[in-house]
Amino acid sequence: MARIGVFVCHCGENISSTVDCERVAQQAGRLPGVAFSADYKYMCSDPGQSMIKEAIAEHRLTGVVVSACSPRMHEPTFRKACAEAGLNHYLCEMANIREQCSWVHPKDEATTQKAFDLVRTQVEKVRNDNPLEPIRVPVNKTAVVVGGGVAGIQVALDVAAGGHKVILVERDPSIGGHMSQLSETFPTLDCSQCILTPRMVEAAQHPNITLMTYSELESMDGFIGNFNLRIRRKARSVDEKLCTGCGLCTTKCPNKKIPSEFEQGLAFRTAIYTPFPQAVPNKPVIDRDNCTWFKTGKCGVCGKLCPTGAINYQQQDEIVEVKAGAIVLATGFEVKKTDFFPEYGYGRYRDVITGLQFERLASASGPTRGEIRRPSDGRVPEKVVFVACAGSRDPAKGIPYCSKICCMYTAKHAMLYKHKVHEGTPYVFYMDIRAAGKNYDEFTRRAIEEDGAKYIRGRVSNIYEKNGKLVVRGADTLLGGKPVEIEADMVVLATAAVSCDGSEELAQKLHVSYDSYKFFAEAHPKLKPVETNTAGIYLAGACQAPKDIPESVAAASGAAAKVIGLFANDTLTREPVVARVNRTAPPIFSTCMGCGLCISICPYQAIDTEEITDRSGKVVKTIARINPGLCQGCGTCVSFCRSKSIDLEGYSNKQVYQEVVAMLNSD
Amino acid sequence: MDFEPKIVAFVCNWCTYAGADLTGTSRIKYAPNVKMIRFPCTGRIDFMLLMKAFANGADGMIVSGCHPNDCHYTSGNFHARRRWTVFRSLLEFMGVDTERIAFTWVSAAEGAKWADVVNSTVEKVRALGPCEAYKNADYE
Repeated sequence: MARIGVFVCHCGENISSTVDCERVAQQAGRLPGVAFSADYKYMCSDPGQSMIKEAIAEHRLTGVVVSACSPRMHEPTFRKACAEAGLNHYLCEMANIREQCSWVHPKDEATTQKAFDLVRTQVEKVRNDNPLEPIRVPVNKTAVVVGGGVAGIQVALDVAAGGHKVILVERDPSIGGHMSQLSETFPTLDCSQCILTPRMVEAAQHPNITLMTYSELESMDGFIGNFNLRIRRKARSVDEKLCTGCGLCTTKCPNKKIPSEFEQGLAFRTAIYTPFPQAVPNKPVIDRDNCTWFKTGKCGVCGKLCPTGAINYQQQDEIVEVKAGAIVLATGFEVKKTDFFPEYGYGRYRDVITGLQFERLASASGPTRGEIRRPSDGRVPEKVVFVACAGSRDPAKGIPYCSKICCMYTAKHAMLYKHKVHEGTPYVFYMDIRAAGKNYDEFTRRAIEEDGAKYIRGRVSNIYEKNGKLVVRGADTLLGGKPVEIEADMVVLATAAVSCDGSEELAQKLHVSYDSYKFFAEAHPKLKPVETNTAGIYLAGACQAPKDIPESVAAASGAAAKVIGLFANDTLTREPVVARVNRTAPPIFSTCMGCGLCISICPYQAIDTEEITDRSGKVVKTIARINPGLCQGCGTCVSFCRSKSIDLEGYSNKQVYQEVVAMLNSD
Repeated sequence: MDFEPKIVAFVCNWCTYAGADLTGTSRIKYAPNVKMIRFPCTGRIDFMLLMKAFANGADGMIVSGCHPNDCHYTSGNFHARRRWTVFRSLLEFMGVDTERIAFTWVSAAEGAKWADVVNSTVEKVRALGPCEAYKNADYE
């Protein structure tokens, strides 16, 4: 038999000026199951709380209804008081008779009646409340960071500095990402490699960081604090422990005409190669698709020459199993392929290049040692046209969003070109100059005012070759759409930044949501920008949306702070307001029929299936299983369940139906 | 005696319940005919509850949660909206005037909007008169 206590607060005069609190308390005392009722001037004060505690002890209360302000205000206060008196704090509910009654209605019989109805509704709720215990799950204090660009490196370093183990997984043979390909960085024009490579080395040498390059995430299961990951370590064909990185193999490899990915096709590499001289780890890999040994079984020069015998043609992919408490995704972005813009002639004209290719031309370690030369004939271009928004903000042919970084790097390119070719003229076709950021607008102004970049507001319609020149045809919208033609020696397309190849598959493996552009989705666009909807998985950098280096690094440190915050606890305490699938005695086991509707609608991928077996191990039924570590208690599955087999603690079907009945039957 | 409609509001904890609290802290007045039941999310609202409320004498209802894309649980309000469109046609089939139910979004910042939603729903239902069709119906 329920023994519920009802405590009606006057809140000074905030409630009692319009609600007859004494009468509400008296009427409540006559409700079935109510063992005690009282009213008091300030329930939240010390004497008020003591009154509740004493009543719990004296009347052996099995539930408490505090009829006062909003539960959003004082529910924690009263629940704590109940817990101190030995009553499970989930057996305390509040009737909101201030914000939703006394403050919004006049002093009237109807207002007091409403207050009483709200109390009665909560009495019914408490009567059907279950005592709950917070859910505790252990936390494995290892973080896995996927992606070894600047964002991933930053996360790894920050988490490692917090004293936790980090596994940094990178798909390519070296960490460094796109930033290692850049020549200079805006808005300071400092050398990209000069600021990045020390951090790469630091990550490689940090005692808390394990690098897994040339590796990819294979699968994941588990939940926050307890992820199980399988990582595929692709066969490098080089024993990393034996290799000293002397580089003899790469100089002697006879297969020298493979377009280098790192140089964006502007230079060649060998079949056994390190992507770039500062690679970390500085250990080569064999590109099996292009290696003569793997294609014909002949050659084997590298194997014969290697002084430490590190070459291993028989090496196989290896699957490593890893346990982790948190995962950070930092897989970055890609440059959109330019074939969707045939009128720009990319691929047809060798001197139409992408912004990333221009970075390699301008880089002191690039194919031209930093001299700006045309890929076709090596001449120094006298006029270079930079086309901003090549694919961005173009719902018809490209992508609808703004790639964000192009305005700034185009201004940087124009400056770098002018600094290297003093007599040259940079032209920039643009839609808008979006230079919002610290020292960004000053930077673009400098490109125009000091370095003489000629900015033309308008879009380029096509590019064609005439007499060895590239004629760029566009419009100047500031001159009323007047057609413009510029005979250029080289054209640089600021191609759109898009999500990485394979990001959709990765998101599905990790149960992380992604947007229509296949960028990973944050849990809340403003308040949870580095968290995903899957607890324990965080985001850093441009895998979420186009981001520049400072933003990526800031997001990375944000994600690292979240990981360190999570790792500050040995066990994780979670609100027990979670959904549960009912279980009954055999042969029914559960009313759940395993239709799987709840699995498809759960926003947190917290539901999977569970097989019920008999004594001989035969599967007799398959039902839904809710992981309390992942469930956030929204209850969507409860209302979707066709057989009413799922219920939500604290908001059970019985409770809400009883609330409706109690609320309406006031006589 | 004048007809005073009984209205039940089914609201989510994160947006509309907080918005209604703001109505209170802003001291904006509205009709006392409405009583609220709090849910974690509108996605939790089983529309059979609305039938239960009609059977127990409710004359009108409000279902309100977060605006699209503002859901605390990402997508619960979208699920609620879908289910509402299906449920509405069932109500029409059963002969319940769907004007009796206001399906709306009120954010935690829209205290004044909550008062408007309540007052307009009360007026609308008062004009429609008591909902007798399903009173005391036995659904079991």
